[in-house]
Amino acid sequence: MKHLDEYRDPALILRQVEAIRAACTRRWTLMEVCGGQTHAILRHGLDELLEGCVELIHGPGCPVCVTPAETLDQAVLLTRRPEVTLCTFGDMLRVPGALGDLNAARAAGGDVRVIYSPLDAVALACEHPECEVVLLAVGFETTAPAAAIAVLQAEALGLGNLSLLVSHSLVPPAMEALLADPDNRIQGFLAAGHVCTVEGATAYQAIAERFRIPIVVTGFEPVDLLAGIHACVEQQERGEARVENRYDRAARDDGNAAAREAVTRVFEPVEREWRGMGRLPASGLGLRPEYARFDAVARFEIAAPAATGDGPCIAGEVLRGLRRPTDCPAFGRECTPDTPLGAPMVSSEGACAAYLHYREG
Amino acid sequence: MTIEIVRLAHGGGGRLQAKLLDEVILPALEARALGAPDAAVLDHPGGRLALTTDSFVVRPLFFPGGDIGRLAVHGTVNDLAMAGAHPLWLTLGLILEEGLAVADLQHILASVRATAQECGVQVVAGDTKVVEAGRGDGVYINTSGVGVVPDGVQIAPGAIRPGDVLLASGDLGRHGVAILAAREGLGLDPPIPSDSTSVAGAVAALLAAGVPVHALRDPTRGGAVAALQELADASGCRLVLDDAAIPVRDDVRGACEILGLDPLHSACEGRFLAAVPEHAAAQALTILRGRAEAAGTVAIGRAEPGEPAVIRRLATGVERRMILPAGEQLPRIC
Repeated sequence: MKHLDEYRDPALILRQVEAIRAACTRRWTLMEVCGGQTHAILRHGLDELLEGCVELIHGPGCPVCVTPAETLDQAVLLTRRPEVTLCTFGDMLRVPGALGDLNAARAAGGDVRVIYSPLDAVALACEHPECEVVLLAVGFETTAPAAAIAVLQAEALGLGNLSLLVSHSLVPPAMEALLADPDNRIQGFLAAGHVCTVEGATAYQAIAERFRIPIVVTGFEPVDLLAGIHACVEQQERGEARVENRYDRAARDDGNAAAREAVTRVFEPVEREWRGMGRLPASGLGLRPEYARFDAVARFEIAAPAATGDGPCIAGEVLRGLRRPTDCPAFGRECTPDTPLGAPMVSSEGACAAYLHYREG
Repeated sequence: MTIEIVRLAHGGGGRLQAKLLDEVILPALEARALGAPDAAVLDHPGGRLALTTDSFVVRPLFFPGGDIGRLAVHGTVNDLAMAGAHPLWLTLGLILEEGLAVADLQHILASVRATAQECGVQVVAGDTKVVEAGRGDGVYINTSGVGVVPDGVQIAPGAIRPGDVLLASGDLGRHGVAILAAREGLGLDPPIPSDSTSVAGAVAALLAAGVPVHALRDPTRGGAVAALQELADASGCRLVLDDAAIPVRDDVRGACEILGLDPLHSACEGRFLAAVPEHAAAQALTILRGRAEAAGTVAIGRAEPGEPAVIRRLATGVERRMILPAGEQLPRIC
């Protein structure tokens, strides 16, 4: 298939791996931030091809994994209101909170709809004025623009029956928190290419300078990933630490100004709880006061129970790249995609699910 | 007065039910034994019988490449074929939702009749119920099927041996993606047509030629991975697929890329996987490729000794395990 096969060409992949091996005078530890990249790495076996020269550790860039249990509980509580139709991306259905997951809420009679775009929620609200449509707005810089546009459309249409349960998160504050942890082993970052299509590559400049670490904007296909890894390794070998864009076929240095403008109009940075990482300052997005009427939490006055811990699950350490999924005693035993103890086993972008899906033993 | 909309009373066992049966269902089917009140009485053809049942709750009822009626016949015929059976008879259980347009019902029944004729099976018994509006999705269909297994045919998932070649009778994952695209209004242009078809003829041709087929499986819900995992578990073999050989249409791949799905987790309704001993693989390929419904047959991998697992061997040499989808990736596709 055009625009896909050339980025999965096995002969090219093997040549790239050889070039990376030749460039390495020692073993380097890189973190890919995005869960989509984690899955691509595991699916295409790049971890195995690079064994011995590059260790890839997996970052917190799985929106489902870092969504706090409290948000899920609020969503479950919303589904118990007969007038509410909750719209969510399919990935969120099976993430356990203190009150169970949204699948169980749906089985208990809640109206939970899987959508493919936040604009589907706007359409649903238009078609069903008798329903209160609530959009569970999760995700990083990549999904926030669509949520913002949903709000702007609802405003333009004068829709009074759409609101948002917002739990958007921002990647750079999480990267800073990871680097500030004295236990971190990260020697270079592969930055998520799609985040940069919105935010631009220069968004990471301050982090690269402050922490003296190479950050390479990287895509999602094996050839893209290997190009990003190669560039990161070359910087490390030369002792450089700068932002480099190796996904320039999609991500421009200045990103997508129109998308950012929509986000800025509707949302503002807020402190946010990251599941497994704690509260990080200015790491999330909340509705601006002028759009507060779209806030589902206020509209329905829902109070979720205080979040409890994740039991034996080591999701927090996995999300920070401190431990691997296979280091967890519950991995593949008590914890499987059918009986997940933590979100990284549920989500299609979660590191634990990726290991279970693609690696033997 | 002709019936235009199905009403609750059409399922009540009274005059209106008789009217629905006499004016809509029986004429549409021209079924041979449906006149019998409770049970069809059939002549036993000799040999071992294969019996299967399947329910169809697909939404939408009409989709590119088929409809629920066509699917209900193909699904059951194919299940019989997977036991090596020659399909003979079907039952047809209809659960209709109040408010269904009779024109839609007639369309579906015409499709059942035409598909049954194509497959050489007869609908010999049936049942009709009506549920309240909002308690169904227009039409649910249950079909049971009976077929005869030719003497000497021994097909079972556990019969796979290391060295067996795995064949796929055509491109994989298409039906599930076709349904998802139709249901969610993905607006693919041209639309992806379902692969719904009968594979019974192709299987019969293999058996008639004496190909010593070890196992057959139609990759419906859960897709090829679910079918292969069952075969691996039953046979204790490690099933290794050659990634580059797995047949998936470009439009299906593209849609799966967009939706984040694996085509091998997506259902087929007109394909089967076969395990045959290596010495018979070339003959099986030739026979299947000579038939329209299996013209795209390819060898996709091999059974190896080892722990039961489904493995995808990438062109780079790396081996990756494949596991079952968690569950409701593509809800209600058949």
